[in-house]
Amino acid sequence: MSSVTLTDIVKRFGSFTAVHKTSLEVPEGAFVTLLGPSGCGKTTTLRMVAGLLDPTEGEIQIKGRRVNDVPIHKRNLGIVFQNYALFPHKSIAENVAFGLKYRNVSKDDTKKRVSDALELVQLPDVGERYPKQLSGGQQQRIALARAIVIEPDVLLLDEPLSALDANLREDMRVELKRIQERIGVTTLFVTHDQSEALAMSDQIVVMSEGRVEQVGPPQEVYNTPASEFVANFLGASNIVPANCMGRDGNTFVFETETLGRIAVPADKAPKGAAAGPAKLVVRAEKLQLAPRDTPADGAVSVDAIVETVDYQGQAVRYFVRAGDRQLQAINMIDERPFAEGAQVSLRLRPRDCAVLPTI
Amino acid sequence: MSVERREARQPWILLSPALAAIALLLFVPLVFILIYSFWLRTATGADQIGFFLDNWQEALSDRFYRDILLGTLKIALITTIACALMGYPAAYFIARSRGNKAILLLLLMLPFWVSYIIRTMSWINILGVSGAVNSILLSLGIINEPIQMLYNETTVILGLVHFLLPFMILNVFVSLDGIDETLEDASNSLGATKWQSFLEVTLPLSLPGLAAGGLLCFVLGAGTYITPLILGGPTDAMFANLVYEAIITQLNWPLGSALSLMLLVVLGTLVLIYNRYLGMAQLMKGLG
Ligand SMILES: Nc1ncnc2c1ncn2[C@@H]1O[C@H](COP(=O)(O)OP(=O)(O)OP(=O)(O)O)[C@@H](O)[C@H]1O
Ligand SMILES: [Mg+2]
Repeated sequence: MSSVTLTDIVKRFGSFTAVHKTSLEVPEGAFVTLLGPSGCGKTTTLRMVAGLLDPTEGEIQIKGRRVNDVPIHKRNLGIVFQNYALFPHKSIAENVAFGLKYRNVSKDDTKKRVSDALELVQLPDVGERYPKQLSGGQQQRIALARAIVIEPDVLLLDEPLSALDANLREDMRVELKRIQERIGVTTLFVTHDQSEALAMSDQIVVMSEGRVEQVGPPQEVYNTPASEFVANFLGASNIVPANCMGRDGNTFVFETETLGRIAVPADKAPKGAAAGPAKLVVRAEKLQLAPRDTPADGAVSVDAIVETVDYQGQAVRYFVRAGDRQLQAINMIDERPFAEGAQVSLRLRPRDCAVLPTI
Repeated sequence: MSVERREARQPWILLSPALAAIALLLFVPLVFILIYSFWLRTATGADQIGFFLDNWQEALSDRFYRDILLGTLKIALITTIACALMGYPAAYFIARSRGNKAILLLLLMLPFWVSYIIRTMSWINILGVSGAVNSILLSLGIINEPIQMLYNETTVILGLVHFLLPFMILNVFVSLDGIDETLEDASNSLGATKWQSFLEVTLPLSLPGLAAGGLLCFVLGAGTYITPLILGGPTDAMFANLVYEAIITQLNWPLGSALSLMLLVVLGTLVLIYNRYLGMAQLMKGLG
């Protein structure tokens, strides 16, 4: 059963359409992420589910109930805002207890649930303090505690980690996922950070310019992108124009100018792939640089020249030229990286290619 | 010189022109007034220099002064409450309006471009015997004779509200504008209705602005003498009118000085009380 269902949702601001006809299902207990670049309509979509914005068209259901006309305070949602939105004039305990006031919870029960919630976010001793006396990460946890203490039908999170610094963000990511799994609440999460989305989600909804580009589990979205946009947005990819020569047993054979002939396993190609022009997605980290004299071991092997070296610590990003095309490759560093201008050989295993659906 | 010491001195250097002006234009005259208040006006009309408590005795013991002082505080209080009730919704509306906030604020400033006295006198053209309201009622045949609406306590309060409302709106606006709107969303999402969210979140967070606006309205209202002079009747004198009367009409500077100091002490006490609360508000701000 799905917990949140959007059916043909459209949102216009004046003549500008922020969200085009979108349908979406969030299964009960799932962690679903809306992922996309700035301005693609993630927040708008989330705010429509929250009841902070009215959809121009379409229907929103929560737990099978149409909520278009249900005001926000009756939707029983837990929302975590990007800026935490803790009440500055209330203590932490009062903040967390806030939603319980409107739910006929007895005093003793409130106390217990507040301290349980604080326990859950690992801040049991801050109840007496005020929001300003907590660090950003702690405030974020309190905002989460406040949202889940009311046992919401759905937890909505709008870039909850983006105001934290990088290290803390990764800790909170793990923490948030742990809490979500523990209480099993259906979660709709908004982020523009692909690693967050890949690490936390059961399902990723990739959005671009107000449209859904692809919906699927992280691995599927990452390994078999449905569009050039998804391929580029999730990690660094090379899009290589190719010509499909047709099916040959369990593979599709592609002819490319840059990488020569590649026989891609059929499961990497979309259903209904057929002969004709096509596009191959080659992930930057799947494209390996090797000295020209090493054996290719069955991989596709093409000569190239290193043009730019972007050193990143344990990995290095190369921009290499193969024929008249520039490709990027992200390789782990073994001993020392190749220098600019080095003559190398590019290696690619055919099963690491994905085929974009035509159209 | 250490950095800290230089930084500790800097505010004083920056403040010194203002402090000099305040000392010269406020503190020194105040000392003069204090000295004056102990002189005595003799029957001949000349001031007798010395240390007499007569003016203070008169000011503090005469029921007449006490009643007018209480009346003044009452008018100021009613005015302040009226300003708060009318100003808060207006400030809320401006703070929550998108796009045309600047225009609305400009409109709010517009009255300040016209002299306060002229603005007060304009009520005569509206409510006076040959004013707009009477003319309309007469021409509609609703009344046969013009009604006397002016020159009573109500019109004094009306004039004061007219004068002081922008101060209230501005102060409340500033504090409302500083409140993060997502706080109300958060409150809503947790189950509070719009009205409950307002009472629980927005109102308490805007109280410092309301208090500041209230204090300003009260002090300015209690200290005014022009509005009752123009819009009040003979019995509607406020305390500052007594000072005016003593100094300008009777040329009794010593008594006028004592009376004005009396008003200063009363209003100053209110400011000090407020300051205690502002201190608390600042503390809350520090917490929040
Ligand atoms: N109230 C509004 N009025 C007009 N346009 C709006 C309004 N709110 C959002 N938009 C527009 O709708 C589009 C989508 O906005 P939205 O806030 O949903 O983006 P987002 O995906 O959350 O981006 P970000 O990652 O920057 O938060 C943007 O182009 C934005 O300018
Ligand atoms: Mg957003």
